[in-house]
Amino acid sequence: MNRSISKSRRVKIALLNGLIWAAAGIICLLLLGLVVCILYKGLPHITGELLTSKPSLLEGTVGILPNILNTLYIILMTLIVVLPLGVGSAIYLNEYAKNKKAVKLIELATETLAGIPSIIYGLVGMLIFVQFCSLGTSLLAGALTLVIMTLPTIIRTTQESLKTVPDSYREGGLALGAGKWHMIRTAVLPSAIDGIITGCILSIGRIVGESAALLFTAGMANEMLGMISAVTPNHAGSTLTVSLYMYAKERGDFETAFAIAAILLILTLIINLSAKFAAKKLKKGV
Amino acid sequence: MKSSVIEVPAVTLKTGKVRKTTEIIEKSMSMTFTVCGFIAVGFVLLITIFLVVSGTPAIAEIGFIDFIFGTKWASTAKEASYGILPFIMSSIYGTLGAIVIGVPLGILCAVFLAKVAGKKSSALVSNAVNLMSGIPSVVYGLVGMIVIVPTVREVFDLPDGANLFSAMIVLAIMILPSVISVSETAIRAVPREYEEASLALGATKTETIFKVILPAAKSGILASVVLGIGRAIGEAMAVMMVSGNVANMPKLFGSVRFLTTAVASEMSYSSGLQRQALFSVALVLFVYILAINLVLNLVIKREKK
Repeated sequence: MNRSISKSRRVKIALLNGLIWAAAGIICLLLLGLVVCILYKGLPHITGELLTSKPSLLEGTVGILPNILNTLYIILMTLIVVLPLGVGSAIYLNEYAKNKKAVKLIELATETLAGIPSIIYGLVGMLIFVQFCSLGTSLLAGALTLVIMTLPTIIRTTQESLKTVPDSYREGGLALGAGKWHMIRTAVLPSAIDGIITGCILSIGRIVGESAALLFTAGMANEMLGMISAVTPNHAGSTLTVSLYMYAKERGDFETAFAIAAILLILTLIINLSAKFAAKKLKKGV
Repeated sequence: MKSSVIEVPAVTLKTGKVRKTTEIIEKSMSMTFTVCGFIAVGFVLLITIFLVVSGTPAIAEIGFIDFIFGTKWASTAKEASYGILPFIMSSIYGTLGAIVIGVPLGILCAVFLAKVAGKKSSALVSNAVNLMSGIPSVVYGLVGMIVIVPTVREVFDLPDGANLFSAMIVLAIMILPSVISVSETAIRAVPREYEEASLALGATKTETIFKVILPAAKSGILASVVLGIGRAIGEAMAVMMVSGNVANMPKLFGSVRFLTTAVASEMSYSSGLQRQALFSVALVLFVYILAINLVLNLVIKREKK
């Protein structure tokens, strides 16, 4: 069949085809190289001491336990605040809002929030929470900054899954005499729970990977914080990403930096897999 | 957009206390959700107000023209000079470079995923792309510092490899996932009839891809490019780790500072007018991002039509 195609045309086709395959190949190689490089340089330095101690000149230890804890604190604090706000916002958009212009405005605002770079969040978070609300450089200020940042993710994923809840659920609930909120609470939200979980997982991914927004809000300290002091103002602490930056750029300690990078890479993988799992359930469940 | 707003009949029988409490709960929940609904709008306003209020004094003091078009940034010198043209140009060049390197690669990979690859290899590559988009930017920065910077130094025989070129490469890699996923969606959305018609007229599959499918998916691909621009111009940490971070006018193999890294690198020790000038830099960056978002919205709207 291809006999009728002229030679120059055939060469051109082969060339373009080659380009497509080359591009896919390059991207796979890039990722493979990235993963191998990080794991090869990082895994040997992940030791028990690194994971269970804090950096101390006196004891000569370099540990990232405070950073691990700080990351967990910030994830928890952010989710506790952003979940009600984001889910509530999505419920309003999908169930309550009657004014199309209002919906448009909110969606525009959400898109704008999603597009703002994290360094601007860091700066504004510093202005609003650290200075204006006088929380000081603290985990709390960092978490509140991340609330604004992750809000679009939660709103979008919740809204997507609310849209997949069939209207018959709503009509059935209302027909049985339930009030609107009662209907949403008992019929709509339970069917949309998978989407909310997906949103949480995606937000956790964003929080774990965030650094620019936390540099000036949550600070760079490496002190061990208890549960109580983590939520009080003026207690600074760096997350894993911020400490990676400090180790690599300020102290030139690339062994620890790569160990943290390897941990972050593994976390990213876990978060990706669980988001995929949740999304799959979302499709099946509804 | 499918919305599921169902009108609840206004006629409610007011019989007894139970009715009343449920009514109060209903009313207050409805209020609560309305407030939640508008919170995103509130946040955008809050960010805008804070940035404008803290960003404008320095611009007023330095002078708009001197600030935007001044080519010398010496914030800690005795006779301080605050011109941010080096940052603006570096940001623009860096972004352009990232687009030139990253977009062709990304679009070709999207074509691979949507049209060429079989189910298994497509799933494999798209998993890889997903993982890439989740990797934190400091990790890209770290690998850039350890791998790309020394390589650039040796290949081009430079005294230091931390320069604009290294930043372009790192940014190009970082925008790949968004370019690929948006382009792939656009390519998949092209109606099957176009492809079939082209094939029936005797074009080969590859010719169909480049002459029919890609032109038809033009506006979606354009949206992916704009999204990539937004990503690249807003990236701070990775750029800070590989670009050398000196406030020069951009040269391909010179150490540069972007708008984002200007804010990030001096904020921790700044004070007085210097600090205010940094807020102004952030304001300029914010205006850029808003403009890019506007363009993105226009592109997407045109596509819908």
